Amino acid sequence: MTNSIEVKNLVKKFGKFTAVDNISFNVSKGEVFGFLGPNGAGKTTTIRMLCGLMDPTAGEGLVGGYSISRQGEEIKQNIGYMSQKFSLYEDLTVGENIDFYQGIYQTPKEGRRSKKEEIIERSELFGKENELTANLAGSVKQHLALGCALVHEPKIVFLDEPTAGVDPLSRHKFWGVIKDLSRLGITTLVTTHYMDEAERCDRIALINDGIIIAIGSPAELKSSSMKGLLFEIECSNVMAGLEVIKNLPVVIDVTLYGLFLHAVVNKMEDLDQIKSALSQKGIEVKRAEKIVPSLEDVFVFLVEKENRDKIRSGR
Amino acid sequence: MIRRLWPIIRKEFLHLLRDPRSLLLMFLLPVFMLILFGYAVSFDVKNIPLAVYDQDNSTASRAFIERFTRNGYFNLVEKMRSDNDIPDRLDSGKARVILNIPDDFSKRLQAQETAKIQILVDGSDPNWASSALAYINSILQTYQQDRIRAVFIKRGSLLTLPIDLITRIWYNETLRSLNFFIPGLICVILMQMSATLTSLTIVSEKEQGTMEALVVSPIRKNELMLGKVLPYVIIAFLDVILVTGIGVFWFGVPFKGSVVFLLFSSFVFLLGAMSIGVLVSTNARSSQEAIQVALLTTMLPAILLSGFVFPIENMPLILQAITYVLPARYFLTILRGIFLKGIGLAYLWPEFSALLILSFLILFASVRRFKKRIE
Repeated sequence: MTNSIEVKNLVKKFGKFTAVDNISFNVSKGEVFGFLGPNGAGKTTTIRMLCGLMDPTAGEGLVGGYSISRQGEEIKQNIGYMSQKFSLYEDLTVGENIDFYQGIYQTPKEGRRSKKEEIIERSELFGKENELTANLAGSVKQHLALGCALVHEPKIVFLDEPTAGVDPLSRHKFWGVIKDLSRLGITTLVTTHYMDEAERCDRIALINDGIIIAIGSPAELKSSSMKGLLFEIECSNVMAGLEVIKNLPVVIDVTLYGLFLHAVVNKMEDLDQIKSALSQKGIEVKRAEKIVPSLEDVFVFLVEKENRDKIRSGR
Repeated sequence: MIRRLWPIIRKEFLHLLRDPRSLLLMFLLPVFMLILFGYAVSFDVKNIPLAVYDQDNSTASRAFIERFTRNGYFNLVEKMRSDNDIPDRLDSGKARVILNIPDDFSKRLQAQETAKIQILVDGSDPNWASSALAYINSILQTYQQDRIRAVFIKRGSLLTLPIDLITRIWYNETLRSLNFFIPGLICVILMQMSATLTSLTIVSEKEQGTMEALVVSPIRKNELMLGKVLPYVIIAFLDVILVTGIGVFWFGVPFKGSVVFLLFSSFVFLLGAMSIGVLVSTNARSSQEAIQVALLTTMLPAILLSGFVFPIENMPLILQAITYVLPARYFLTILRGIFLKGIGLAYLWPEFSALLILSFLILFASVRRFKKRIE
């Protein structure tokens, strides 16, 4: 078995609302697979279905070779799961939290002491074993929660927005841990809405409104999903510039990107048209250069394309 | 199957230890309730305020009045001077029984004629009034007997009464209502304590966000449920001992039965009562909702329908039918049996079996109702 996770035509509906709309993807062993999308895109719902916490409305999924609709309890033996809420008991000490999770996962008694020390060390909680969890900093809690979710050394790990509300340095460290897991052959499925985190995944699925709009490695997505060239334009009045560029037929897409405009066109020469259109309206172009699209560009481009397609097809 | 029970139990105990105020409350509340109820709830009618309008004011009339006041049932509050005062004394509640003795009382007794005495009783509380009437009748009966006997002796002959009733009251010889109430009260307190204690256990995991971690773990439903119930059963078990001790040593309620049977049946009862709380907790969306529902579903039936105050036999059939599914009904009978009658399983096995079945049914229902799912 090379795929740790296989998902085929998975659907989840809540009443009339379709949270996950017919998604399919595979995650191979040892891969760090990212789910990138805005809040409400269906990331958490998908993870919950894969962990056996929710029954799918339709479709099938295999996690570690077990069916998500029929073998939920087998899956639970073999996965680690960490939700955005961290799942620690605040009124218990660090040591007690670890003891508890070792207990309910029935890890071998001999290994418990050393595993506990390992978790404490990794969470940089040395000497704080008897500290109440409520008194810990958010980033430390996050490491501890991950340690608790992994007490039974699962081969597949689900992380649902593990870095929500954690400072950038801690986020960076946390991703170091995820990479370490990957080197040990552990498969990780992680959801995020941070672009920089998505860049660190082996592969990502872009998800919006319950639909996977693109899937591939960050490099692949950047090079292939965006047809055309991306220019970053700095001009004297971005808002007016946006209006002008938007209406040019050669421009496939244009978005506001901080203080700059990002415009997608088909060929190099199209940039001249943009420049002349802007200067006609009295907008001064300070800088215009071809750039490598970031994941955010790709994401915005694909989402807008999807929306345009929807409107066009009358959906 | 229950390997993961211990981690859950241990964790629940730690939660309790980290919250000393709640822990203290678990012991103080039952004691407080028992003492409060123990003193406030009494159906014994004593010290009835009695006012007398003695128009005769003779040795005979004073001797007659003394019959009322000498055994503590009546308390002479006033000797009135005019019958105009009579309505006022009843209206104001200064007196609840009024004795009106006409001025020819001693003269008629002397002449061996029938003397007429008027007694007015405040009947606004029928329970109370009928108790008062019963005392009055019994006082009068002895008075009549004594008078008749005296007359016979004067005539040189002895009176033999046709019937000499020898009454013996069993179980609660002094008919002290507290003896009847305290065992029932223990049942009501435990019922309500139990359900409110466990009503938070599941819903708080949901609110803290730890439920997801539990649900995604390989823990079994029965391990989780039993692990949540047992620590509280143990706490409440200590409450049983505490409350029973106070009932026996402070309020002087007799304890005639077996302590082992008391503890054993309490355990079974607590298991059921705690499971009601867990069942409520699995269905509740918030802590507040859980506590309110738990209070409502346990307190009212335990007080009103268990036979604690109102005899089940007097209820309409439909209410009687409901009482059969209340654990409190059976536990109440068992408690009264143990405390007052000193009987055990030989007599109480029907109630005990019913309690056992009910408790396990509720526990089973709470396990069934809990879904290892997030919706």
